[in-house]
Amino acid sequence: MLDFFYQLIGSIPFQWTEHTFMKNALLAIVLITPLFGLLGTMIVTNRMAFFSDSLGHGAFTGIAIGSLLGMAAPMAAAVIFSIIFAISITLIKHKSRSSTDTVIGVFSSLAIALGLVLLSAGGSFNKYSSYLIGDLLNIYPSEIVSLFFFFIGVIILWVLVFNKLLLVSINESLARSRGVKTLIIEMIFTATIAIIVTISIQWVGILIINSLLVLPAAAAKNVAGNVRQYTLFSVLFALVSGVCGLILSYYWGTATGATIVIVAGIIFLLSALIKRSR
Amino acid sequence: MEHEHIKCAGNCCGLCCTKIEDFGVMLGHVKIIENVNMHIHCGELTAIIGPNGAGKSTLLKAILGEYKHTGSLTYMDAKGEREGSPLIGYVPQHLDFDNGTPASVLDLFLSCNAKSPAFFRGSKKQKNRAKESLQRVNAEHLLHKRLGVLSGGELQRVLLALALDPIPDLLLLDEPVSGIDQKGLALFYKTLSDIKTQYDLTIILVSHDLALIKSHADRVMLLNKTVVCAGTPQEVFDNAKTSELFGLPVGPGKKEDSENA
Repeated sequence: MLDFFYQLIGSIPFQWTEHTFMKNALLAIVLITPLFGLLGTMIVTNRMAFFSDSLGHGAFTGIAIGSLLGMAAPMAAAVIFSIIFAISITLIKHKSRSSTDTVIGVFSSLAIALGLVLLSAGGSFNKYSSYLIGDLLNIYPSEIVSLFFFFIGVIILWVLVFNKLLLVSINESLARSRGVKTLIIEMIFTATIAIIVTISIQWVGILIINSLLVLPAAAAKNVAGNVRQYTLFSVLFALVSGVCGLILSYYWGTATGATIVIVAGIIFLLSALIKRSR
Repeated sequence: MEHEHIKCAGNCCGLCCTKIEDFGVMLGHVKIIENVNMHIHCGELTAIIGPNGAGKSTLLKAILGEYKHTGSLTYMDAKGEREGSPLIGYVPQHLDFDNGTPASVLDLFLSCNAKSPAFFRGSKKQKNRAKESLQRVNAEHLLHKRLGVLSGGELQRVLLALALDPIPDLLLLDEPVSGIDQKGLALFYKTLSDIKTQYDLTIILVSHDLALIKSHADRVMLLNKTVVCAGTPQEVFDNAKTSELFGLPVGPGKKEDSENA
């Protein structure tokens, strides 16, 4: 199946399309950036940017625990830990009467510290440093196939929970009066973010993964007048940043994830200008 | 009237009724409200008044089921056939959403009533349903407006329309403290009265505007952690406890200052 896409990409008359690693990276970007765009819309309207950032930190700890303990399947261990982290922080956020910012801040710092301690335990942190900035050019074909199924899963989930999430973002009491189980919906949402962040950290890097979630949606919010436009623009901005960032990073020899974020940042600035001029 | 009420308290005189018995809410270790009893018939607008921190919004949220409460809420329709929990429509005090949120009024209706996600824009039927709901409150022109650009009064009418779709058994309103001018408020109460008569609704309204309550409410309940007094607007406003709690004369014939109440 992948061969077909390889040929398709290979038929684009540019030098970068000749390399298999670039083809793999492009396929991965086409699958994963739309998901960042989709999930980002609700992160931004729910004012959860800081929260999703802490999920990234939780995912980092998950990877640390995964690579130390779950030698057989580090990724599975990491995903499970991240989900637990996401769900517990959501629960605490709900129960706690103190400022959510503080609660999230505490857990976020603890998570990243624990992750760093675990990974540096053997004195060999260097081999894990790729998690900090990510390496998208090192993606395997088998991972692309798994990404594809994950992509389908998230799309289905999104269609099922979108209305409820939207209502919660507008008013929680109103949502509850409409029979929405707000806590469960929020948990499903944060768990999904946790999964996508955990599996993408190795390609994008923990330092910038949150920008990928937030920037396209924030830019879309500036120019959209209803949720259809919001969703479409966010996915489009994420996809365009991803593809442009990949190509630019090839010619500039820069880190792919960071280059993608810079493109997304430029799109955001342009959208803010459009918003002001309206 | 009082005698009649006692006589048929058991079967609500063939009217649909909502009974709130012995409601109490604890948040953490703090008792917010206790021993709240209400018995309301449909076609009645009951206004809840009280000083700040009296537990008015808490009572509404307890009825909604958002806060855990002691005591019971029972509902029975006019024929005595359907009992149990009523279908509740709720108009929140404020939305607390991001002003720049791209959601439109139509999106809000779709998110409540459509099965397909709101970014598919809904079927023609869904769109018409939203339009009809908005017509009830004379706000159909707002269908494609973004929530963030609506004025306080417009937003409240949209939320009322939403709470009336589907027509609930019990309509709860938490009146906004700010953002609506006096004219908009009067219009809102007029709409509410019309809807009450038209659909024979039971309405519970938390309000701060004593003048408007006087002319529109059927019953008034003064709440301060528990029910201080209840009855017709005249009875409650003439009660000495009311003037005491509000620190101003609200008796008949006096021009009351309803601001900051």
